[in-house]
Amino acid sequence: MRAFIRNHEFWLAVVVVLMIGATAFRSPGFASPEKLAGIFNDSSMLIILALGQMVVILTRSIDLSMASNLALSGMIVALINAAYPEIPVPALMLLATFCGLCLGAFNGTMIWWIGIPSIVVTLGTLTIYRGFIFLIAGGKWVNADRFSEEFVQYTRYEFLGLPALSWYAIIIVIGFFILMTRTSLGRSIYAVGVNPSAALYTGINIGRTQFVAFCISGALSGFCGYLWVSRYVIGSVEVAKGYELTIVAACVIGGISIAGGVGTVAGAVLGALFLGVMSNALPVIGVSPFWQMAISGAAIILAVIINASSQQKSKRLILKQENAAS
Amino acid sequence: MTEQNAQNRNIADRLNTPLHSAVFSWPTLLLVVAIGLFILNVFASPYFLSPWALSDATFNFTEKAIIAFAMALLIISGEIDLSVAAIIALSSTMMGLALQFGVGTPTLVLIGTLTGLACGVFNGLLVTGLGLPSIVITIGTMSFFRGISFMILGDKAFNGYPESFAFFGQGYVWWVISFEFVLFIIIALAYYILLHRTNFGRHVFAIGNNPVAAQFSGVRVARVKFLLFCLVGLMSGIAAVLLTSRLGSTRPSIAQGWELEVITMVVLGGVAILGGSGTIQGVFVAAFVMGLISFGLGLLNVPGIVMSIFIGALLIVVIALPILTNMLKERRL
Repeated sequence: MRAFIRNHEFWLAVVVVLMIGATAFRSPGFASPEKLAGIFNDSSMLIILALGQMVVILTRSIDLSMASNLALSGMIVALINAAYPEIPVPALMLLATFCGLCLGAFNGTMIWWIGIPSIVVTLGTLTIYRGFIFLIAGGKWVNADRFSEEFVQYTRYEFLGLPALSWYAIIIVIGFFILMTRTSLGRSIYAVGVNPSAALYTGINIGRTQFVAFCISGALSGFCGYLWVSRYVIGSVEVAKGYELTIVAACVIGGISIAGGVGTVAGAVLGALFLGVMSNALPVIGVSPFWQMAISGAAIILAVIINASSQQKSKRLILKQENAAS
Repeated sequence: MTEQNAQNRNIADRLNTPLHSAVFSWPTLLLVVAIGLFILNVFASPYFLSPWALSDATFNFTEKAIIAFAMALLIISGEIDLSVAAIIALSSTMMGLALQFGVGTPTLVLIGTLTGLACGVFNGLLVTGLGLPSIVITIGTMSFFRGISFMILGDKAFNGYPESFAFFGQGYVWWVISFEFVLFIIIALAYYILLHRTNFGRHVFAIGNNPVAAQFSGVRVARVKFLLFCLVGLMSGIAAVLLTSRLGSTRPSIAQGWELEVITMVVLGGVAILGGSGTIQGVFVAAFVMGLISFGLGLLNVPGIVMSIFIGALLIVVIALPILTNMLKERRL
């Protein structure tokens, strides 16, 4: 029970619930099931992307190119759909995921084979990928009337009261929970982050694990590329611009340590939900949307401070126990 | 294993001669690239070689380069500041706010630079005072600082800066030599001396190479890092004054995306992103390289977003090349 109370995810969940409660106090409709489902649907893409970023951060890397990857993959399927509306949408979803996977694999190759720090590679590909959107689309937008009806509906079909977009997120969350806690790949991702030298001696290929992590974050970005274009019914160079830092913010708020090795699926999901609830709650309680940026900035700083202090405490505790044992 | 050991013990008879290391150093290589780009530009556009065009070209990079010098020191010490563009936005907004109270040009400049410094102090306190990782803290302050700008301005803009204020971003000291360019040269010299000719500079390298060893040798690691964050903030404040003066207006979206361009400039200048090595000369030449690329492509009517492909590719290629050549060399041995 004590461990549970000290748990970062537990407190984050409490904060999210309190935020919903406080907002509902001001505007009673806010906590209705339909509204909450709407908030979850709004946060779905951020949840998926935060999980991808989490895997990368756990291996002591960072992927700043996710938003550009998303926008490029989204633009590719948007253009294909506008030109050949007869191609079935599931095939386009696979294609977007595959595009994202290739872009992520390029990042991973640079990091694994050549050994360039991930922040430099993804800083470069952040601008390169976004530049390519301009090139392939000739600087034009793909507007709402050029998409096929099916393309737009594949994030909107309802099942058990939730739109398809939410279900994609739920399935991916479950998949990640299994991946991170029940497979050897998940264990090796944590191992590489916690202690690379120890991981190496246990036979884990560090570079390859990081490569796989970047492939995962790339594939998820690509998949979200389709989701984004379908949900907002627009393909343009500006899609998700600056979103890479929101994704990192969701991870940081979720208690994923930027130093690697520390973080859980629940944390990433709650971090994304925190930002999602906040962006929905602020207009409801009459806060100007222009305040949102400063508030989320303050939330990131607070989250980092709280994480750091709680991690230091637990470290000291281990030392004390060791002393007692010896 | 033994083979590897033997290789490690293989010590060269003598170190490279000063001439050899000067010719094959990173800044020299960059200089060759810069001259190549210059020649390409001359052939690509007949308008390039006029003194006024060249003078215009410098405005593309001077403001970013002024921040890049301080950023180079910070990155060498093993930290990073992603909030510089947001500091520009906040400083510019504060100047605009002060303008509404009818203050004069000297006060405006003071407010701009001091706001930058205050932001640097804030970053420095969070990173060194509380021992937090700078990359996440400055992602946080990045939205925090720019967020305050948005809170104050919303979708409006501050205009109507006094005419005397326009000198900093638009004025010329002599013929085609702009005030910005002169300031850029002075700041470059100051940082060259600070990094390569003072104890402080040695401490910065020592911290970047091994913070623990530096601490045990009596370097006040936290204080040096704190000062570096202050310097980056101050330089961002100065850049904010120049940029605001040049544009003549303040919007909360001012200088968006500059943090990445500044860091690209630093890394292109041969500063190791993981800390410990780098030179001011390299960053100085890198500023020209980036300025020449964007100006040359601009003359050829290449849109800005396509230019960013070149800059991004340059960043990766420039870092990959020495590593790849090393790999090839080792394989040959």
